[in-house]
Amino acid sequence: MKQLLPAVALALGLLVAGQPAARAEGGEQLMSSGSNVRDQASLQRGAKLFFNYCVGCHSLKYMRYSRIADDLGLTEQQVMQNLNFTGAKFDDPVISHMPAEDATKWFGKDPPDLSLEVSAKGADWVYTYLNTFYLDPKSPIGWNNTTLPNAAMPFPLWELQGQQTAVMKPGTDEVEKLDLAHPGKLTPAQYQQTSRDLVNFLEYVSEPAALQRHDYGVWVVLFLALFTLLAYFLKKEYWKDVH
Amino acid sequence: MANEVVDHGRRRFLTAATSVVGGVGIVSAAVPFIKSWEPSARAKAAGAPVTQSLKKIESGQQLIVGWRSLPVFIVNRTPTQLAALPKQDPRLVDPKSDGSSAAQQPKYAQNETRSIKPEWLVMIGICTHLGCVPNYVGEMKPEPFDPNWQGGYYCPCHHSRYDMAGRVYQGVPAPKNMEIPPYHFIDDTTVQIGVGPKEAA
Amino acid sequence: MANVFASLGDWVNERAPGLAPVYRKHMTEYYAPKNFNLWYYFGSLALLVLVNQIVTGIFLTMNYNPSAAGAFDSVQYIMRDVEWGWLIRYMHSTGASLFFVVVFLHMFRGIMYGSYKKPRELVWLLGMLIFLVLMAEAFMGYVLPWGNMSFWGAKVIVSLFGTIPVIGSHLVEWIMGDFLPADATLNRFFALHVIALPIVLLLLVVLHLAALHEVGSNNPDGVDVKHGPKGNRWSPSAPTDGIPFHPYYTVKDLVGVGFFLIVAAFIIFFAPTFGGWFLEHDNSIMANNLVTPAEIKPVWYFTPFYAIVRMIPSFAGTAVWGVLAMFGAIAVLFLLPWFDRGQVKSIRYRGTGYKVALGLFVLAFFGLGAVGAGITAEVIPEWFGNVDLTTWENAFGRTMTLIYFGFFAFLWAYTHFGWEKTKPVPDRVTTHD
Repeated sequence: MKQLLPAVALALGLLVAGQPAARAEGGEQLMSSGSNVRDQASLQRGAKLFFNYCVGCHSLKYMRYSRIADDLGLTEQQVMQNLNFTGAKFDDPVISHMPAEDATKWFGKDPPDLSLEVSAKGADWVYTYLNTFYLDPKSPIGWNNTTLPNAAMPFPLWELQGQQTAVMKPGTDEVEKLDLAHPGKLTPAQYQQTSRDLVNFLEYVSEPAALQRHDYGVWVVLFLALFTLLAYFLKKEYWKDVH
Repeated sequence: MANEVVDHGRRRFLTAATSVVGGVGIVSAAVPFIKSWEPSARAKAAGAPVTQSLKKIESGQQLIVGWRSLPVFIVNRTPTQLAALPKQDPRLVDPKSDGSSAAQQPKYAQNETRSIKPEWLVMIGICTHLGCVPNYVGEMKPEPFDPNWQGGYYCPCHHSRYDMAGRVYQGVPAPKNMEIPPYHFIDDTTVQIGVGPKEAA
Repeated sequence: MANVFASLGDWVNERAPGLAPVYRKHMTEYYAPKNFNLWYYFGSLALLVLVNQIVTGIFLTMNYNPSAAGAFDSVQYIMRDVEWGWLIRYMHSTGASLFFVVVFLHMFRGIMYGSYKKPRELVWLLGMLIFLVLMAEAFMGYVLPWGNMSFWGAKVIVSLFGTIPVIGSHLVEWIMGDFLPADATLNRFFALHVIALPIVLLLLVVLHLAALHEVGSNNPDGVDVKHGPKGNRWSPSAPTDGIPFHPYYTVKDLVGVGFFLIVAAFIIFFAPTFGGWFLEHDNSIMANNLVTPAEIKPVWYFTPFYAIVRMIPSFAGTAVWGVLAMFGAIAVLFLLPWFDRGQVKSIRYRGTGYKVALGLFVLAFFGLGAVGAGITAEVIPEWFGNVDLTTWENAFGRTMTLIYFGFFAFLWAYTHFGWEKTKPVPDRVTTHD
């Protein structure tokens, strides 16, 4: 029995240490998103942001409006009036209305579907990405990003965050830091919370089952603990025969 | 080797307790697997009620909408077409829809026009013979298949004929009137197919 | 109630009198040594995971679509639209990784206590065959979700066969049925993963257990209880140090099952991707033959063997040596009973040289795993600053490869030339509970 503890400790240790040190393509450390998919209010704010600023270009092809309503505690009416601007049906998946040819013409490539963005890149990456846009006169779209250099995406949240400019390392074209040249409608702290809400929503969209997982998990583990305890007493009882 | 006394009561109790808890565990673990056979969210989305605006369907016109992968005919019947309905009764298999076709419509559509509102016919467009989709032939003029045609449906597969309420004529292969799905009017110009008036209330 | 069972038993017994003796032979009258310790849980746990993989696998096939166009979408369909589909998939994906955890521990137990030695060589060989088939099964299953890492993993692993001289390049096309992993590849891997290999696996498991029950289980002391005194409270002819497998080891294994399920449930419900180790981030992107993931690495249980491929340089114009070394790393395990000429089974009574060598072997296994998983590529610059990564990684990885193979060479020499100074083995098993 006592020998089992180190094995469990090892497994848990691996779990914590196992998180790969996430890095941006540029190589610098990512910011911590601090996202929490259990925060329903944040998910609701994030959904609102997504449908106001992102869905114009990005789809969530694996996510149904009805599922969003169920999971975020919204009514059908709230979702259809406040979030669904494309005329899609309640049970339809979230599909952007932007024609692919236009997208390719405007941005040089098709905007990616964001259903699994957080699963693929990690919440911290998306959060950092949303915080590291800067004005770049050399870019054809006017914007650049230190997390994903030469991103083909203009910064849709600039009104909220404001416009950052890059301070270059002397004599190089490497970005040393970003300055908030023109503040936006939100303070930096407010913007961080706003981008956190958006990341939170996208994290939920990556794996809607996460909401159920935690609820059931607690009970399953408790039940198994009861079973194991009984099995342990049973073993003790039978093994009284063994000398 | 000392054979001390075995506490059979305790042993039986622990065996039973562990078996019961283990059994509960196995049964609970089976539930998700059984539930996974329920219609998925995708199947439910495809089978969800369909809402249709009636504004653009002019008198005498038919619109076909999909519901649960079935074609649903929505027809704005003209007064002439409606007036012709009672006159067809002698030629029909089950004019009152209370015989062989009693189960072919909800109670609220079991009437002469087989509808909630007389002018609006909402009907699953599947021939009751072998499942083809009958053609809408609304005009009252002599047709090759019936010199005395009063408007209705003609099935291209085996020549079954129905009147403007989907009631089947005598002497054709189809046995029953066409099926009326559950539906209700959300307002004067919007119909929802898949939900009856009572369930919607 | 009891009467019903008894009469049902009689009814069956009358019609199939051979069944009850089989049950007794493998359960109530299979006398296992009474001194099994923690290491002896992993065999029954492997069987439990196998059952889990089969049941969850069957249910996954009900909604999975084995086509290059539909596979990725169908996995998301299972995760989102199918009721409880997420649980079934996480049970399968977590089960796959835990399968290797328990199998590695089970194998290490066999090495540590000399369970591969005479008369149990056949048990060991069948076990190694299970391991080999399990690796093929896991690899093909890994390809099925058709994520980008699945795709590139398939391409790289299949390309290993391309290093075989003369027939290699054609062999690769033959395995894939195309010039890249494609529909044909996915379909045949699906057929093998869900039908062919599971059947082979089940057959091998039956043979593995049958072979074991012919010779009886080893134990942490490496003392054969069959050669000890006879007679215990259950039978006058049974070994004194043996106890009936049922009920004593069934109830004991039940405790192990409980603990194991708690760990498994914790992963399934709270960390199903296990930080990217069990389900990799790059597999959230659909297979794309134009974009290679930033770093291609196999899923964790293949990393030690994959590292060996990377550590062996090409020579005489061919890269076949690395592939040979990788298969060699598995082949030497098959031959372990013949490398080890020592008479003493258990590590408890073996020479210090053996203990040190085994420790180094484990170290090499983890070290190679770290190389294969890209951990060394990450920590070397962090710990040693701006050094030549390739040189450092190769130095480390090649040392580990040498130690891995060195273990077998050393074991042979150590036992063949009689250098091992063993401790006296007791006549009877020891217990300290």
